[in-house]
Amino acid sequence: MSNILVNAPKTARRGDVIEIKALILHPMETGFRPGPNGRILPRNIIERFTATWNGTEIFAMDMSPAIAANPFVSFFARANDSGTVVLRWTGDEGFAAEHRVDIAVE
Amino acid sequence: MSRRLLVVGLGLVFAASYATAQVGADKRRSGYQDMGEALQKMQDDDTANPGMLFVQLGGQLWSKQTGVADKSCADCHGAAAASMKGVATRYPAIPQGGDRPVDLEGRINLCRTEHQRADRLPPENRELLALTAYVAHQSRDMPIAPPYDHRLDAFRQQGAEIYRRRQGQLNLSCAICHDDNAGKKLAGVVIPEAHPTGYPIYRLEWQALGSLKRRLRNCLAGIRAEAWPLDASEYVAVELFLMDRAKGLKLETPAIRP
Ligand code: HEC
Ligand code: HEC
Repeated sequence: MSNILVNAPKTARRGDVIEIKALILHPMETGFRPGPNGRILPRNIIERFTATWNGTEIFAMDMSPAIAANPFVSFFARANDSGTVVLRWTGDEGFAAEHRVDIAVE
Repeated sequence: MSRRLLVVGLGLVFAASYATAQVGADKRRSGYQDMGEALQKMQDDDTANPGMLFVQLGGQLWSKQTGVADKSCADCHGAAAASMKGVATRYPAIPQGGDRPVDLEGRINLCRTEHQRADRLPPENRELLALTAYVAHQSRDMPIAPPYDHRLDAFRQQGAEIYRRRQGQLNLSCAICHDDNAGKKLAGVVIPEAHPTGYPIYRLEWQALGSLKRRLRNCLAGIRAEAWPLDASEYVAVELFLMDRAKGLKLETPAIRP
């Protein structure tokens, strides 16, 4: 079960540039910090975030251990066709989360 | 002067200053007002405030069956938007049949042990924080309204004494910072008035949600005082005092703090 909050418009006019904002619950453990027992906590970060619009990749980023916990991502896209934007996060320990938003373009 | 006279005298001074405070405009400031505009915007935007991730998680836990009783919070309390509205504004409170106050976390743990017949969740446990944030969020924008329960007076008084007592290697009291020097800077940070308006808070330094207890432990460590054990009654006493002092200010849960 992942916890995700997304802010994207439900509708847009064709050609408009829209902003999509996404927040996800994740510890982003750096792999450099000692735990309570003095041993280094294993790295556990999101490595990659991608966004597709009707299957075509419109945004992608690699994440690093320097990014804070519960990362917030904001990006812009041009609204060409009605459809589904799929946001996907993948990372260490087999982490995989997905969120879909439908945007109607008039 | 006899002790009784002194107590009456202090009571009068307190009543007088309280009356003046009521007549003049309310000058109390939530920690929210001491933050920069960027952090205020982050708190106000429910899809940018990371505390809302925990409120969402708390909402999922609210309807999850747990414990030997295999009951969820929702099975007994229904929709939290109705049943939990305003509840956080009047905690800490004395539970039915009890004789000491519990904070909201403590109340939720009572429901776990007595009603769900599940284990107590330990302090700062993520599920406990998420449930607390979810319950307290139902009172967002409502004024803090401590209950009129005279059994609380002695505990609140204990909290007030702790607040004014010097302690730690730096020999400072909470009041020296949060009353006498509020609004001034300490190592680049504005000293807030210490109103518990936003708990549990998402503190950027913690990169996580944390309770008022954790915040108080940070302040105690800051003055090189030994923090009370995690289950100590002092935390509830101080919270009772702080909630009374913040009476009427609006709850912000989940607040952002730097
Ligand atoms: C089996 C029924 C039952 C379940 C399950 C239950 N509660 Fe309760 N809860 C009660 C009752 C009854 C009270 C009233 C006080 C009492 O008698 O203990 C109460 C009181 C409360 C209060 C205080 C309300 C007030 O007005 O002061 C809170 C907060 C609360 N519950 C939260 C929760 C949460 C969160 C959960 C899930 C983790 C939960 N409860 C699960 C029955 C339940
Ligand atoms: C040396 C000064 C100092 C002392 C003494 C001190 N604090 Fe603090 N306190 C601070 C500062 C500075 C902050 C804000 C920290 C930040 O924003 O990074 C703070 C924050 C707080 C907050 C959070 C307010 C909010 O908006 O969420 C509370 C509550 C609080 N303190 C209570 C106390 C109590 C109770 C005591 C006594 C046990 C105490 N403090 C002692 C300096 C102090």
